[in-house]
Amino acid sequence: MTPGAIFTQLVHLALMLALAPLLVGLVRWLKARLMGRRGPSPLQPWRDLAKLARKQPLLAESASVMSVATPYLALAATSAAAALVPGFARGMALAPMADLILVAGLLALSRFALALAAMDVGTAFGDLGAAREMSFAAFAEPAFILSVLCFAILAGSTNLDAIGAAFADGGPGLRISLLLALLALLAVALAENGRMPVDNPATHLELTMVHEAMLLETSGRYLALWEMQAALRLMLWLSLLAALFLPFGTAPAFSGLGGWLLGLLAWVVKLGALAVALAVFESAIAKMRVFRVPEFLGAALLLALLGAVFLFLSTGLA
Amino acid sequence: MSAVLATLLLMLLPLALAGGGAARWPALARLVHGGCFLVSLGFAALGVAVLVFGGGDPLLLPVGPPWAPLSLALDGLSAWFLLLLGLVGAATGLFAWTHEAEAPPRRLLCYPLFLFGMALCLGAADGFTLILGFEAMSLASWGLLVARAMETRGEGERLAARLYLGFALFGAACLIPAIGLMGGLAGDLSFAGLRAAPMQGGMAALVMALVLLGAGSKAGLVPLHGWLPIAHPVAPAGVSALMSGAMTKVALYVVARLVLDLGGPAQPPAWGAPLLVIGAASALFGALRATQEVDGKVLLACSTIEHVGLVAMGLGLSAVLRGADLGPLASVAAGAALLHALGHALFKTLLFLSAGEVEHGAGSRRLDALGGLIHAMPLVALCALFGAAAAAALPPLVGFAGEWLLLQALLSAWRVGALWVQVMVAAVTAVVALSTALGAMAMLRFWGLCFLGRARTPRTLGAQDAAPPARAALVALVVLATGAGLLPGSLLALGAPAVAQVSGHAGLVVAGPWSVGAATAASAYWPLGVLLLVAIVAAALVAGLRRLSLQPAARGPVWDGGFIAPPAHLPFGDPATQASAAGFAQPLRRMLGTRLLMAREAVHFAAPGDPAPARLEAGFRDPVLPAFLRPLLIARDRLAQAAEWLRDLSIRQFLGIAFGTLLLLLALLALAGPP
Repeated sequence: MTPGAIFTQLVHLALMLALAPLLVGLVRWLKARLMGRRGPSPLQPWRDLAKLARKQPLLAESASVMSVATPYLALAATSAAAALVPGFARGMALAPMADLILVAGLLALSRFALALAAMDVGTAFGDLGAAREMSFAAFAEPAFILSVLCFAILAGSTNLDAIGAAFADGGPGLRISLLLALLALLAVALAENGRMPVDNPATHLELTMVHEAMLLETSGRYLALWEMQAALRLMLWLSLLAALFLPFGTAPAFSGLGGWLLGLLAWVVKLGALAVALAVFESAIAKMRVFRVPEFLGAALLLALLGAVFLFLSTGLA
Repeated sequence: MSAVLATLLLMLLPLALAGGGAARWPALARLVHGGCFLVSLGFAALGVAVLVFGGGDPLLLPVGPPWAPLSLALDGLSAWFLLLLGLVGAATGLFAWTHEAEAPPRRLLCYPLFLFGMALCLGAADGFTLILGFEAMSLASWGLLVARAMETRGEGERLAARLYLGFALFGAACLIPAIGLMGGLAGDLSFAGLRAAPMQGGMAALVMALVLLGAGSKAGLVPLHGWLPIAHPVAPAGVSALMSGAMTKVALYVVARLVLDLGGPAQPPAWGAPLLVIGAASALFGALRATQEVDGKVLLACSTIEHVGLVAMGLGLSAVLRGADLGPLASVAAGAALLHALGHALFKTLLFLSAGEVEHGAGSRRLDALGGLIHAMPLVALCALFGAAAAAALPPLVGFAGEWLLLQALLSAWRVGALWVQVMVAAVTAVVALSTALGAMAMLRFWGLCFLGRARTPRTLGAQDAAPPARAALVALVVLATGAGLLPGSLLALGAPAVAQVSGHAGLVVAGPWSVGAATAASAYWPLGVLLLVAIVAAALVAGLRRLSLQPAARGPVWDGGFIAPPAHLPFGDPATQASAAGFAQPLRRMLGTRLLMAREAVHFAAPGDPAPARLEAGFRDPVLPAFLRPLLIARDRLAQAAEWLRDLSIRQFLGIAFGTLLLLLALLALAGPP
C-alpha cells in the first residue's frame, strides 16, 4: 500500500461524497431545461442538505432506535461501496477489496437498513414502500449477478480494479455480450436508483412511489442522511457503469499527478455524459405500472443470460 | 478420540433414563438439560480437537450384528458436523434450562436420544452404524413431535407427527437399500471398505437416487420438502432449532459422506448435476415460501429449506468441478457448502430461539399478532436482528461469506467447458441471486413485522425480555455467528480436512486468516476490512453530524400520510394503517407467487344493498406435497383392497407363498450373485 494509493483513495471518497449531490442537482436541472423550465441551480441539493442538517429532527412516538441508527449505517455502507468503485484512478488503497459481489452486498445492506427504517414507525406508506423495494431487488439482483458473470468470464475476476485494467488494455475487445450486459446493467441501475420507468424521483405522496414512501416519517439530519445516501447511490452506479464500460482515460495504478488530473477530467466528462443520457431518457419515457417492473427486470435478466450464453459459445468455438 | 466420542454418547443414555424418570422427580428435568448442554459442549470441543489433531483409528464396539460390528471414528468431515451439532446443542440446552424445566417426561426421554442419534450418525465409521444413528435420530425426533401432540392435543400437531413418521419411514426405505447396494455382496460396510470398492454405472446412479431421496427428504430438499414447514414449527423452540439447525445438516452430512466422499472419486461432472439442480430448486421454493408464510416459525422453517438448498448446491457444484478435474475450484465450492452449513446452523438456531422467546413473551407466533416488540424485548430484538441480517446474506455477517464463496465458485464454473454445464451453471447462478434477495425480503418481513411498528394486539405489550440462561444462549450465538462471519478464512483453514474430503483436492481455498478467495488471480473477500471500513465511515458521520447538527430530536405523533388521529378505542392506532403479514407479502405474491405457488387473490363484494364489507381473500399453497400425497393415498387404498384376498388363503397356500418367495430369492442370488 503506497502513499499514492492511500492518497487517491481518500481523494476518491471525498470527491464521491462532494460530487454526489451535485450530480443529482445536475440531472434535475437538465430535466427541467429539457421540459422548458428554468430549473433550480445544480447546487440546490447541497443547500437542501445543509438546511436539513440544521433543522430539529422530529421522531414519531412509536419510533425506536432503528429510526436513529439506520441512516448512519446505510450511508456508511453506501460510502464503503462507493470507496471501492474506481473513479478517476485505479490501484487505490482498497483496490484488493473492490469486489463486485461485495459492492452488491453493501448496497443490499443499505437497502435493508432503509427498509427497516421504513417499517419502524408502523405506517401504511412505509410498509408498502419497504415491501416493494425489497421485491424489486429480488428481480434486479439476478440480472446484476449474470452481468457480473459476463465480466468474470472476460476478465477472469470479479475484482473491479482487475476488470478495469483488463478492459483498459483492450484485451477482451468489443463483444456483443458486453452490449447485452450493458443493457442489463442499465435496467438494474434504473431500478436500484428508483429512476424513471420504475419509480419517479420527482413525486411526493403518490400511490405508486417507492423510495419516497419509505422516508415520509423522517426529518432533519436523518432525512439529510437518507437524501445523501440516495445521491451517493446514483453517483456510485454511474461511476460503476463508467468503470465497466468506459474504462479509457482512468489513471492506471502508480501514475503521477498528471495522470490523476487527466483521469479526473475523463471521469467528470463520463459522469456528465451519463447524467445527460439519464436526463434525456427520463424526460422521454413514462413511468410504468408497479407490476410491470418484474417484466422490465426479467427482460434485463434474459439479456444478461443471453450475453453469457454467447460468451460460452464463442469461447467454445475459439 | 473415538473413545471420547463413545464416552460422550454413553453419557446421553442415562440422561434419557433420567428424563423418563422426571414424571416422579421433576427436578430431573434440569439435570437432563444441563447434562445435554455439557455433552454438547464436549461434542464441539471434540470436533475442534479432531480437526486440529486428526481422528485416529476406528473403535470397534462389542455390539452389533455378527458380520459387521458397530464402529466409531471421526475424520475431518464428521468432526466439522460434530462441531456444528455441539454448538447448536449447547445453545438449545441453555434455552431449555430456562423454558423447559417443566417439560413432560416423554419429551425429556426423547431429547437426549435425539442428540444421541445425530452424534452416532456423525461418528459412524461404517454404513450400518450410520443407518442406526440416522434412524435413531428420526425416531427420537418423531417421539418429540408425538410428545408435543399429546401435550397440546391439537389436530394439527397430530397430523404433523404422522406426516413426519411417513416421511421418516420413506427415508429409511430409501437409505437402507442404498447402503446395502453400496456394500454389495461382499458385505463390507466399513467406510474404508466402501471407499476401496467404488460404484460404477447404473448401480452408482441408483445409489445416488436412493441417497438423494432418503437423506434429501430428511434435509428438506425439493420435491420432498413438504413435511418440513409443517413438522419443524410444531415442536417447542429448542427442538425446532435442533431440527432446523442440526438435523437437516446431519442429513446433508449423509449426502456428502455417501455421494461425495465414498462414491465421489472417479465420477464424471454429471455426478453433481442432480444435487446442484435440486439444491437450486429448494433454495428458490424455500425462499419464496418464506416471503409468504404468516406464521413466524413456519417462515423460519421455509427459510431452512432455502439455506439447505444453498448448501446442497455447494456440494453438487463441488462434485461437478471435481469431475472436470478442477480441484482448486471444487475446494472453493466445498468450502462454501461447509461454511454455509455451519453459518446456517448458528443463525437459524438463533432465530428459532428468538422466535421461542417471542412466543413465550408475546403469546403468539403469528406475525399478524405481533409488532413493536423492540420496545418490550430489546435484547431479543437485537439478537434476532443479527440472525435475520446473517440469513439475509448481508456483509460482513456469516451468511454473506458462504454465499460469496458459492457465487465465486459458480462464476468460475464455466471453465468446465461442456456447454450443458455452462448453461446450467448460468441458470443456477441466477437462481442463487434470486433466492438470496427473496431470503432478504423474508427476513426483513419476519423481523420487521415482529419487532418494528406498532403493537398489533394488546397482549404484545406485556412481553418481557429473555431470562438470564436463555439470554446467554442468544448472546453467545450472536458472538459465534459474527466471529464465523468475520474470520471465514481461519475457519476454513480449521476445516481443511473436511474440505479435502468433500472436494478431493488436498489444497486449501486461498484463505488467509483475514480473507477468503477463489483463486490467486480472482477476487478476495476481506470481511474484517469491510467491517472496519463501514465502522470508520459511520463513526466519522456521527462525529461530523454531532458538530453540524446540534438540535436534539423531538418526539411527536406519527404523521402517517396525514391520517387523522385514531379514536380512543384504538389505543395502538388504526390497525388498517399498518401492513398485515399477507399485505406485506403482496408484491411478491403477485410477481412470482401466482406462477410458482398457485397464489390467488379474489375480492368478494357484498350484494347491492347488503351493508356487509367487501372481502379480499388471498392465499397460496405449495403444489408439491398434495401432488405427492393424493396418488399415494389412492395407491394405499387400492393395495389394501388388493391384499384382502390374502385373508382367505388356507395354511397350505400360505406355506406355498413363503416357499415360492424363498425360491425366487435364491434364483435371484444365483443369477446376480458372484460367479
